Amino acid sequence: MAEPSDGKQRDESLDLPGRHIGQPFRRVDGRAKVTGTTRFADDLHFPRLCHLKLVRSTLPHARIKAIDFSSAADVPGYLGSLTGRQMPHPFGILPVSEDEHALCIEKVRYVGDPVAAVAATSEEAAYEAALRVEVEYEPLDTIDGIDTALAADLDRIHDYGDGNNIHKKVSMRFGDLEAGFAEADLELEDTLFYEGNTHLAMEQHATVAVAEDEDRVTVYSSTQTPHYVHRALAKVLELPPSRIRVIACSNGGGFGGKSDVFNHEIVAAKMALELGRPVRITLNREEIFYCHRGRHPTLMHLRTGFKKDGSMTAQHLRTALDGGAYGSYGVASTYYTGALQTVTYDLPRYRFDGVRCFTNKPPCGPKRGHGTPQPRFGFEVHLDKAAEKLGIDPADLRLRNLAEPGSVTANWLQLGTIGLRRCIEAVVAGSGWRERYGRLPHGRGLGLACGSYLCGAGLPIYWNHMPQSGVQLKLDRSGGVAVFCGEAEIGQGSDSVLAAVVAEVLGIDLADIRLCVADTDLTPVDLGSYSSRVTLMVGHAAHQAAERARKLIAQAVAKRLEVPRERLIFAERRVFDAADPEKGLSFEDAVTVAEAKWGTLGTTGSYIPPRAPGKYRGAGVGPSPTYSYSAAVVEVEVDPETGLYRPDHVWIAHDIGRSINPVLVLGQVEGSVYMGLGEAMMEEQAFRALPRHLSSALVHKTPSLLEYKSPTFHDMPPVTSYLIEDPDPQGPFGAKEVGQGPLLPVPPALANAIYDAVGVRIDQVPIQPQMILKALDEKSRGRQARYGPKVFPEVDFGEILRVLTPAEGGDGHALNEHGEKKAHGMSGADGTMSSRDEALKDKDGAVTTK
Amino acid sequence: MLRLPPFDFYTPGSLAEVIELLAGEGPETRVVAGGTDLWPNMKRRHQKAERVVSLMAIPELAGIEGHNGELRLGSTTILDDIVRSREITERFPALARAVASISSPPLRYMGTIGGNICVDTRCTYYNQTEEWRRSIDYCMKEEGTICWVAPSSPRCWAHSASDSAPILCALGARVEMVSKRGDRILPLTDFYRDDGIDYLDKAPDEVVARILIPSDSDSARCGSSFWKLRRRGSIDFAVLSVAAAVWTDDGNRVTDARIYLGAVGSRPLPVAGLADCLEGRLLSEETISEAAALARKTATPMDNTDFQAQWRGVMAARYTEAALREIAGLDPRGLPPQHLL
Repeated sequence: MAEPSDGKQRDESLDLPGRHIGQPFRRVDGRAKVTGTTRFADDLHFPRLCHLKLVRSTLPHARIKAIDFSSAADVPGYLGSLTGRQMPHPFGILPVSEDEHALCIEKVRYVGDPVAAVAATSEEAAYEAALRVEVEYEPLDTIDGIDTALAADLDRIHDYGDGNNIHKKVSMRFGDLEAGFAEADLELEDTLFYEGNTHLAMEQHATVAVAEDEDRVTVYSSTQTPHYVHRALAKVLELPPSRIRVIACSNGGGFGGKSDVFNHEIVAAKMALELGRPVRITLNREEIFYCHRGRHPTLMHLRTGFKKDGSMTAQHLRTALDGGAYGSYGVASTYYTGALQTVTYDLPRYRFDGVRCFTNKPPCGPKRGHGTPQPRFGFEVHLDKAAEKLGIDPADLRLRNLAEPGSVTANWLQLGTIGLRRCIEAVVAGSGWRERYGRLPHGRGLGLACGSYLCGAGLPIYWNHMPQSGVQLKLDRSGGVAVFCGEAEIGQGSDSVLAAVVAEVLGIDLADIRLCVADTDLTPVDLGSYSSRVTLMVGHAAHQAAERARKLIAQAVAKRLEVPRERLIFAERRVFDAADPEKGLSFEDAVTVAEAKWGTLGTTGSYIPPRAPGKYRGAGVGPSPTYSYSAAVVEVEVDPETGLYRPDHVWIAHDIGRSINPVLVLGQVEGSVYMGLGEAMMEEQAFRALPRHLSSALVHKTPSLLEYKSPTFHDMPPVTSYLIEDPDPQGPFGAKEVGQGPLLPVPPALANAIYDAVGVRIDQVPIQPQMILKALDEKSRGRQARYGPKVFPEVDFGEILRVLTPAEGGDGHALNEHGEKKAHGMSGADGTMSSRDEALKDKDGAVTTK
Repeated sequence: MLRLPPFDFYTPGSLAEVIELLAGEGPETRVVAGGTDLWPNMKRRHQKAERVVSLMAIPELAGIEGHNGELRLGSTTILDDIVRSREITERFPALARAVASISSPPLRYMGTIGGNICVDTRCTYYNQTEEWRRSIDYCMKEEGTICWVAPSSPRCWAHSASDSAPILCALGARVEMVSKRGDRILPLTDFYRDDGIDYLDKAPDEVVARILIPSDSDSARCGSSFWKLRRRGSIDFAVLSVAAAVWTDDGNRVTDARIYLGAVGSRPLPVAGLADCLEGRLLSEETISEAAALARKTATPMDNTDFQAQWRGVMAARYTEAALREIAGLDPRGLPPQHLL
């Protein structure tokens, strides 16, 4: 019963008209959300609930000398305190960088780093007590950015990594790059910068921990990844996982910002166990900016060879990431700034060098698009410049270079269906591109860009052979179906997808389904809501579980009705004979018959992604069952006298494979456009240093919803969305992802549109009006009409990992030190699996995420 | 979430009671109206109070009334009521525009005009939580010694944050204050001081009762305009505002002109040299450009709010030009995107 499905044998479902699938049904949690009955973590109440507050570092980098709670303990209502020494085990979302502690022990590493905790009977008392905790520090050097991090002879933030304050270096080469550049008619180089920004989910992180009986604890939390929280709690609390129950409440938005394990979750659980009473903590907005895990500020350098016809011969991409103070998903983020460069266009030879630095800032991590919006911005602006130099329309340049569906890329990613041609055609037609691009009056312009993204990471973030998603069904004589799954609803609609898949297969209504999700005691493991994996992986697992239930019911009904099993139809809450639709049973009666025949009914389904062809170190990041594609055109109005600009319209097309629910898909597309515009126009997770001779402070510039600028309704232009449906055999009912991909083309399309409008290149985001003015001024002086970074820092990326491409006859493995293929070729079925293990186990490269 | 610290709260029902309550009180007693400024500031602990006296239960403090052509605005008149008042939109359209640009609808339903003219000066180093300010060892405006905007400066450079103040100054408004010690009326321009900390000529025991706008500033006699620069179409404080009022004779020659710049100084800054520049001349492309250049010189934008400071200076000229062109009936050339208004 537990054999995992590889998702390959479902082609017959792709073309069926759906009763639910493909229909704009109301989301199953919609009514509760709009009426306010959804209970978020902060809404939970328990008898004797007390309140937790974290004391956070006020220095960017310092050794902790002493912590004094004596004044805090005088606050009426004070209940107790914790320090890091009471939770000595490190944790971290990736096994390769478990560098965090629930509370800092030896050092603090950024302003906001939690160093102690207090609990009290009211939130006010907890806050007052926290203010009174006195921490004595010994300051260390402040590392404020990539350049300082690369420098030698400064205090190190961590004692692991790749030297100085470098967390991770990556260097890989796929194919004979120099031969590629030698073939090129045009070689283009660009240096670009993408500023960091944060998720800005509306719900502030909240956790309630309830001490149950002896040494058991239940943790309710706003988290995208209850399974990973469960594992980390077991480790840090030194309790068997069976004594810890994690329940992910409905999340008021996640976007990757709730996919790490956070200090406050662990400390709340520990405090609940210490005090023997329920503990709640809801972070304030400023603290969310300190949790962060958002977009890495990334400096990029691209060098690409083009032939006259626009085809690409080779690309060398270098990225430098400002990672902040901890590892988080950073190793994966670093790989992701390189991994998906090859899946959109045919890129026969490719080299990627990446470096992630530690700095004294809140840690960066996965935000919508995880590591890929930065190089996508770079690539698509770079292509716009190439198109101009080659005299090819930017849309045509892309159309000529589209990757081949079903092919394996230079870096050994297996592609699936590719709807990008139709995406480009849709936005080109919708925007009037052919008639208007390059022909609008000065101050008005159009820009085009594309993107693509994972439909679920191929590998889990810790090494294991088990399913990445599991679903359990319980059916009984009531006719209701209970669906159990570890997935976490973060507003994206995953509950609705889960319910719709089961309802579709069993021919019942959404109202017949009762969901139980994201509860580590009750639901089978799903890895979480990250990497755009839920629709695809949970969808497959649910499909399998429902098919199995359908089979059990069909067998029983076939016998009762004396009809061949193959002729039975499940629809309209009935099971009936296709040849004689009057002959049948209600679903309730059908389940009753099955329960009588088989005993208590339950089925399971699970999913493991297909094996990826890449076997080299680092091949774990990038593989996915298939990829989604998007194209966008932005129209912008720019005032050349002030540099102020306004996007007037966005046309966006997304290759969704097949919509499970087109309304939810459109919501994700529009939300991605909104978020992409925010990153392109104004959002900055920026920091302020004070004059060096006066202070070593390094503080977040704008840790509030008022001053961290994100667009309002007024700033959002009209959006025309096109859903390109071409069912992908790898997706459940042909579905691909939509949660992240549509963000990717938006920032470069805006930058390209500004160029069309006023003829200046802004090679960094967010694009500020003074940058446009400055570039226009440069242009008027006959200098380069550009604003952006000028140099990429000198980095020794170390030894290059060399891999032959499929076209060069490679086998997916890296070459050995003599430039020869390693002896891997003879593995059978078992051998393939061990290669997979190798990729998983490899401590340098084997991790994956959103 | 951020919580208010404990304090004693009073809701007197008459002006006489308020005056009595405030008599002899110092800065540890504060007056509150809509609370959209004081409450968040107290939550972040950069404004402190042991006692807070609300003005919202005093009927006589609210309301809009005309008196011999003079407009009298009660200090607790709700901002949204000002935006919706026909008397104001018709007679003082630039004031209506300025008030309509304050923050967002929910805050305009709570905030008052008296509160807005008294709104605390703002700075990126100051409008932060207690913990954040500890991380920079505080600043001169509250508990610290250094103005981080200009560390060698002996003064605080927090900027004026009121949207109504610049236009009320331009329109020649006066403010009426009451206290046990006696009532006084002073020109609004004298109400503001050029200091980020000590920014108001108002004692802790004084209450702003009314704002008086002279009939001479009525749209029938005076051309006025207000332009506000901010990042987004709502919510944001100004990073620059330009409030202009121009009086002309029968031959369209300027007899008097005042321009006040908001958010680029610790008080609404009068554009210096404007009278010499404009008086006796027509509002033309040429004179408007000259006035815009004066505004550029007057503005002292510092790196203490959103947007690059130098660019805000560029914008002071552009917005002054736009405001004067609007008054002159010219197309405000280079009109920025509508939503920034």
